[in-house]
Amino acid sequence: MTYTGSISGGGVRERLADIRRDLFRRYPTMVIGGVLLAVMVVLAVFAPVLFTGDPITFNPINRLKAPSEQFWFGTDMFGRDIYSRTLYGARISLVVGIMAAVLSVAIGLVIGLIAGYVRLLDAILMRVMDGLMAIPGILLAIALVSLSGASVLTVTVAITIPEIPRVVRLVRSIVLSVREEPYVEAAIAAGTRLPLILVRHVLPNTVPPLIVQATYVCASAMLTEALLGFLGAGTPPEIPSWGNIMAEGRTYFQLAPWIIFFPGIALALTILAVNVLGDGLRDTLDPRIAKKM
Amino acid sequence: MLSFIAKRVLATIPVMGVVALFVFLMLRLGPGDPATVIAGDYASPADVERIREQLGLNQPIVTQFGKWIWTLLQGDLGISIFSDLPVAKLIGQRVEPTLVLALTTLIFSVLVAVPLGVIAAWKSGTWIDRTIMVFSVAGFSIPVFVLGYMLIYSFSLDLRWLPVQGYKSPFDGLIPFLRHITLPTLALSVIYIALIARITRASVLEVLGEDYIRTARAKGQAESKVLLVHALKNAAVPIVTVIGLGIALLIGGVVITESVFNIPGLGRLVVDAILKRDYPIIQGLILMFSFVYVLVNLAIDIVYTLVDPRIRY
Repeated sequence: MTYTGSISGGGVRERLADIRRDLFRRYPTMVIGGVLLAVMVVLAVFAPVLFTGDPITFNPINRLKAPSEQFWFGTDMFGRDIYSRTLYGARISLVVGIMAAVLSVAIGLVIGLIAGYVRLLDAILMRVMDGLMAIPGILLAIALVSLSGASVLTVTVAITIPEIPRVVRLVRSIVLSVREEPYVEAAIAAGTRLPLILVRHVLPNTVPPLIVQATYVCASAMLTEALLGFLGAGTPPEIPSWGNIMAEGRTYFQLAPWIIFFPGIALALTILAVNVLGDGLRDTLDPRIAKKM
Repeated sequence: MLSFIAKRVLATIPVMGVVALFVFLMLRLGPGDPATVIAGDYASPADVERIREQLGLNQPIVTQFGKWIWTLLQGDLGISIFSDLPVAKLIGQRVEPTLVLALTTLIFSVLVAVPLGVIAAWKSGTWIDRTIMVFSVAGFSIPVFVLGYMLIYSFSLDLRWLPVQGYKSPFDGLIPFLRHITLPTLALSVIYIALIARITRASVLEVLGEDYIRTARAKGQAESKVLLVHALKNAAVPIVTVIGLGIALLIGGVVITESVFNIPGLGRLVVDAILKRDYPIIQGLILMFSFVYVLVNLAIDIVYTLVDPRIRY
């Protein structure tokens, strides 16, 4: 135990500081990733308070201004403040990332449970998943968006679909190994019904790896969202996203590289935060995989 | 073994079937009338009718699918709506830059990542290992297009060492080719290096715990030989698997990198087609990329059985 310092005396504040230090010492990566991500979430949530210039209205007098005290990240070709646009872009990125993670895990969990438990459907479902996995995710996503029109919802759905097969495979492999466990056999012998076995014995085993998987899906979804925006197939231009800010900066790159750099750095940092958090969670929640990686 | 290979080859058929079905249904089951969607907002009713006719959208859906598969099997990928050229021909014109970029990236990544991973495993727990792993996580997080622009900014605009964009074929002289391909290869390699280095480290680390490694060291085998011959060779299967699965990553990356560096390859073809909703091209390219992915992974599986005597099916 490392709490000795606080047990000998001192108030709540010291004890909290101690716990914080202890947490950091034991899970440094998770804490770094978590804090970085929390900062991004706060910035995104409080964008309407923190912004310094209108992110949407054109202001031609200030076009293509370099980063300065007035415009921290510079301005774009319409004179809009890149700092404010980047703040608002964080919202799209995080919303799409988190929604895609939740959706793909939820859908993947259901399909994975069915595939793992219903022999008849297993072969068919897994062939479908194999096929889906063979299609490059980014191409599938851009094709889906371009066919169904760009909105936050279609972008999220288009990003979610290619992420599902990996979740299904993960869940199925867990189900297949858990159903051979003695305690599941015991439950069957005791006459427990299938739904109860699934909920009480199988499902809890899928939770830790799924949390880890969700963080990776979230990172990959945020990347794909930015790519879609960058290629001109993302959310419509009137909603600033990191991808479409960068897309607009492409033509002006030699004149005004800051239009691409600042949202790009924000994107890279956010993805880094989620990845690091995921690695930390994996090491903590799933020692089996941690040993292998 | 032959029966395994035959089974493995046959197993790719349903996978490609699913891909084809998915690509086919994507357009038909989407919201709205496909012909109108493809024609875009400014098309006249006559244009819409022409597209409907050309894609056979006025026939029953099963007939459409059957006809489409039949022409596909004859190697016919259809005709582009906007340029009226066969899709196969358009792909043929653009395939070289993409293939070249994918190959240079693959070669460069493996040459850098495998030694890095072996060193990290060898020095596991030290600052060398930690530094390599930190770079690997960072490399995995930085988007290829952000990195691409940073490279252009430093090496082309600031230092003026390399051209900003464009592509030169290796058949038109080696120096211009290398000058143009260096930055795209670097940008695209980083994520692949991160992936391969990570799996190499993990896989070599696992093997290093085996008894035969201790035996090799005990009998005085040179450390380099222990690492390269005993460890790396036995750790190769997961590494090669990841390289194969990473082909999907590489294909996605090529599409983006070509847009950043203005390389006239398949990536640009597909992005342009998507923006113009030229559906036959989108269909053809998604099918082709998926086919490449399936083939590469098939080849890797077959190579395992031939090379690694431990794998028996």
